Amino acid sequence: MSTVLNNLVNQPYKHGFVTDIETESVPKGLNEDVIRLISKKKDEPEWLLEFRLQAYRHWLTMNEPDWANVNYPRIDFQEIIYFAQPKPKKQLASMDEVDPELRRTFEKLGVPLHEQKIMAGVAVDVIFDSVSVTTTYKAKLAEVGIIFCSFSEAVREHPELVKQYLGSVVPSGDNFYAALNSAVFTDGSFCFIPKGVKCPMDLSTYFRINTEGSGQFERTLIVAEKGSSVCYLEGCTAPQFDTNQLHAAVVELVALDNADIKYSTVQNWYAGDENGKGGIYNFVTKRGLCKGVNSKISWTQVETGSAITWKYPSCVLLGDNSTGEFYSVALTNHLQQADTGTKMIHLGKNTRSKIISKGISAGRSSNSYRGMVKVGSRAIGARNYSQCDSMLIGDRCEASTFPTIDVQNTTAMIEHEASTSKIGEDQMFFFAQRGIGSEEAISMIINGFCKDVFVHLPMEFAVEATKLLGLKLEGSVG
Amino acid sequence: MISKDSKVMLEVKNLRAKVGGVEILKGVDLTVNAGEVHAIMGINGSGKSTFSKVLAGHPDYHVTGGTASFAGKDLFALEPEERARAGLFLAFQYPVEIPGVSNSALLRLAYNTLQTERGLEELDPLEFEDLVHEKIKVVEMDPSFLGRSVNEGFSGGEKKRNEILQMAVLEPKLAILDETDSGLDIDALRIVANGVNSLLTPDNAVVMVTHYQRLLNYIVPDYVHVMDGGRIVRTGGKELAQELEARGYDWLRAAA
Repeated sequence: MSTVLNNLVNQPYKHGFVTDIETESVPKGLNEDVIRLISKKKDEPEWLLEFRLQAYRHWLTMNEPDWANVNYPRIDFQEIIYFAQPKPKKQLASMDEVDPELRRTFEKLGVPLHEQKIMAGVAVDVIFDSVSVTTTYKAKLAEVGIIFCSFSEAVREHPELVKQYLGSVVPSGDNFYAALNSAVFTDGSFCFIPKGVKCPMDLSTYFRINTEGSGQFERTLIVAEKGSSVCYLEGCTAPQFDTNQLHAAVVELVALDNADIKYSTVQNWYAGDENGKGGIYNFVTKRGLCKGVNSKISWTQVETGSAITWKYPSCVLLGDNSTGEFYSVALTNHLQQADTGTKMIHLGKNTRSKIISKGISAGRSSNSYRGMVKVGSRAIGARNYSQCDSMLIGDRCEASTFPTIDVQNTTAMIEHEASTSKIGEDQMFFFAQRGIGSEEAISMIINGFCKDVFVHLPMEFAVEATKLLGLKLEGSVG
Repeated sequence: MISKDSKVMLEVKNLRAKVGGVEILKGVDLTVNAGEVHAIMGINGSGKSTFSKVLAGHPDYHVTGGTASFAGKDLFALEPEERARAGLFLAFQYPVEIPGVSNSALLRLAYNTLQTERGLEELDPLEFEDLVHEKIKVVEMDPSFLGRSVNEGFSGGEKKRNEILQMAVLEPKLAILDETDSGLDIDALRIVANGVNSLLTPDNAVVMVTHYQRLLNYIVPDYVHVMDGGRIVRTGGKELAQELEARGYDWLRAAA
């Protein structure tokens, strides 16, 4: 590749600062006592402790999955701190009570924590290490009956809802990391949209991992009752450490009859340095259940960070006429490895799914799409359309596609399209010949490539995503 | 038209250049004044396309000797985008496709980059829309092409017309048309030629690189140069092209 195509990915990580806040942690390592301690610190009911212990016991019998197209040294699960929270832990009634240092952190991150910023219409639940710091705009949402709070608070205030839905989409023994999460999850977000309510604003959670050597195991549960709809945004960053941090979250979505959930993520966890030192291991289980008729779940993700990504936001289309969508941009640079995609499981009649995946690889990174479209024997008239496009920048990166299609009835219609392209010297020369510099050219090509996904992001996320991709690739072409 | 006091636009002296380690240009001399139209003809492999890419600064081509000045600047000291901003335009022989990038977005970015370079105001999308709708008439293209991805799914002729549209928007001092006539049917050829003719002024210049005399019936050159073996071996008026067409390049080689 020419010098033009060599500099685009070397932007230093902007969120790599550490916030100096006293944290309270449990000793590193995992055993039943640690789980009991976490549960006790959180003052949990007995059934939840049982849920955790059951998951833990199951986890002990499981093996780390090794089928993904990623390579990393074995994780020593006894070296991880499973619980860390900012001190002192107390109920925070208003934003003014939030530690000023923490607030400065969120200001640096651009999280709209203050009420005036929230007037922009985003309600934010901020997860710092493992504890939800504050949930903004709660009162306004409560007026229409929407519950949006930290997971811990939901356990305290709405135990019957949590008990009903927790593990109903991702069972505690679903997979190795989901089991681990179920055993040790510390906090997360809970969202409940009652019957017939259209959530009046986008709900947003901002995750950040601060403590070195800590794992983040958050748990998100969103339930949309009949005829309701909600748009949920998730953003992620982490400070820069030389050690790898584990992030194993579980997100469960439940959509009942005619309900609509749109879940968008911009993931910018620290990806490690250009030699692959440090960075987040992002092993996440996200799944939505279209339980009711005509329900719809839509995942949109922009994955730019993490040293290793292992993530397949999926939809189980149980209700007749339900719809699942997956729109993804995954960008890898330097030595990042991503194995990401989706599963669309068609069980109900006339269920529809759509997959648009855009992978961009630069540097010496590896970027894999892994997807499954499964149509059950009773899913009469099911339809799927998949499009998987890969773009290579430079000649030392790798892009792979692993699509699986499993159809068990003859009325299904499945379409799969794929393409691989390369930002070539000729394209770059063309832009240069029209007076356009290399970085603007790359940004234009990448945004064009990702357009089909970006249109599904909420406006402010789309702007952020566009900027983020530009920054990530700065210097990789040059 | 040729006038004695024309100012020099491009002056190339003894240019030598390599691609992939092989020397293709072996001492090219060419002077182009404002207001002139030049044609460079020659067989495949004679070096004429290489010459145009070297002038535009394609990274695969390496200048190994000689000089070139363009609009008073040392051309080879400029990056490709700086050459473009200085007013050098290359209409590509094989225009690239840019999926996902709309024609109008590309044109506007290129136009505004030039405006900034010239110390002029950038145009907002609505103002630019007006400008480009005027310009597109030059190449008789349907405005729906503006919303489509650059060259994606365009026919060969549409791609070439799109190149001339870019030229119309950017108004370069010197336009090099690299085999713009290849792959064009007679109607498209006429449209492209009319477009180029309508853009000619006493202050700009065109260099056409072509195999065939055909294009020169539509865009009449002041000078015709014949390239062979990496050099310009013969220069004449437009009648030289007709003679070449009638007698073939071998005639010239035998004479040389």
